Order: sequence, then structure tokens, then C-alpha cells
Amino acid sequence: MSAPELVAPHQRIPSGRTRHRAERWSWIFMRVSGVLLLVLIFTHLFTNLMVGDGISRVDFAFVAGKWASPLWQVWDVAMLWLGMLHGFNGMRLLINDYAHSKRLNRIFHAVLGLATVAILVLGTLVLTTFDPCPADADPQYLDVPLCQDLGRL
Amino acid sequence: MSSTPTLYRGHEGMWNWIAHRATGVAIFFFLVVHVIDTSLVRVSPEAYNEVIGTYKTPIFGLVEAGLVAAITFHAFNGLRIIAVDQSLWALRHQRKLAWAVYIIFALMMLGFLPRHLSHVFGGA
Repeated sequence: MSAPELVAPHQRIPSGRTRHRAERWSWIFMRVSGVLLLVLIFTHLFTNLMVGDGISRVDFAFVAGKWASPLWQVWDVAMLWLGMLHGFNGMRLLINDYAHSKRLNRIFHAVLGLATVAILVLGTLVLTTFDPCPADADPQYLDVPLCQDLGRL
Repeated sequence: MSSTPTLYRGHEGMWNWIAHRATGVAIFFFLVVHVIDTSLVRVSPEAYNEVIGTYKTPIFGLVEAGLVAAITFHAFNGLRIIAVDQSLWALRHQRKLAWAVYIIFALMMLGFLPRHLSHVFGGA
């Protein structure tokens, strides 16, 4: 069997900007956020899928009960931002590796950037403006003891 | 095997590299969907419960199992990448570390799957 011919890899598309050590910061961010996300996400999966009846007992009242605790609010904000930025950066690297035309590269980056900003804004707004006891909601869907404690029911 | 030979020889490192990218993309798209479905808590409790109800169906239960598998592989392979980048010892033993990733992955899934599947399929 003869050895395959080696083809030179595609040239990466340069950003066109001078970003002093930007890729080094990107590399460090992936490592640091990766380790933090490992702890954040495995805990999230354990409390939401393993404890009690797992996915079967996840509903609005369950979410309200969790977010009544500042710990879980901070936890989920951290997971949202670190996860989304880690994913954004990973997708950015894949786009640079695979979208070889300058035009495609720019389009993918624009879509990725817009999606990332939209999800971060949406997620942050949901987490910071969540109401565990909406006034017009049927009490059967609510965490009744929590809403009674809050004087909302 | 493939008739067109490539630069890559199919050792652990290459497969982990491919799987790391594939699982990363899958997790990213799930995260986007997951933030959107969770945002329904701001629409109404009924709307959220209805959508989260689809997560409890057998098909989505299996998708969740796949998602947890993707996250578990990505997490521990990520630790392997960090180790190989940081330490000469890990670089020398990168192949053993790849197998450590497979073993930890298998153990985590063995711990998770029976419990999750019994929640989804209502056995226990």
C-alpha cells in the first residue's frame, strides 16, 4: 500500500484586524470556562434529572421552587453566560476551520453573533424578571406554599 | 475501510478530536433551544408545562440520554485536552488518558441511564 498524498491544509481566513494575543485569551477562556461548566452542568443535570423523579417532575412549580433560592439564580446565570460564550467561541473556531470563502465566513459569523447575543439577552431577562406567582395563573400550576409565603396567594 | 486514504490514521486522538467537535456543536444547538423553551416560564405556567411535557415523552427521553452522553464525553475529553496541553506526563500518556475518558464516560452513563430511563419509561 502506498502512502497517501498529503494535501496542504486550507489557509485560515485572517480576521483583518490586529488582535493582540486575542487567540491566546480565547484559548485560556475555553479552559477556564470548560472546567467551571463541568461543575455547573453536572450539578444541574444531577438535580434536574437524577434527584427525585427526574425529568418527570420538572414543571413550572419546580422551576419556581428552584429560583426562589438566590444560589440557583446565580448558578443558572453563570451557566447561561459561560455556556453560551464557550459555545460561541467553539462555533467561531469551527467556522474559521470549515467556511473557506470569505463571504460564507462572514455570514456564519454574523448569524452566530446575532444568535449568541439574542440568547444571552433572552436568558438573562427571563432569569432576572421571573415571577413565580403570576397573578392570572391557575393555582394548580403554582408552587402554592411558596406563593403563600410570598403573600401572593 | 475507506478507499481514499487520508492524513489521519484513526487512532484515539483523532476520534476524540472529531467527537469533541461533533458533541460541541450538538450541545450548542441544544443550549439555544433549551434557553428558548425555558423562557416560556415568562409566558405562562401552562405554556411552560406544555413544552416541558414533550421532554417527558419516550422519544425526548432518549434524546436527553444522548445529550447527557454528549456532555459527559465533551466534559471529560475536555479535561484530557487541558491535561495534554499542560503537562508533559499527560502528553506522553495521552493514549491512556483517552482510554480513561472512555472508561469514565461508560461509568457515568451506567450510573445515569438506568435511573433516567426508569423516569422516562415509568418502570420504577
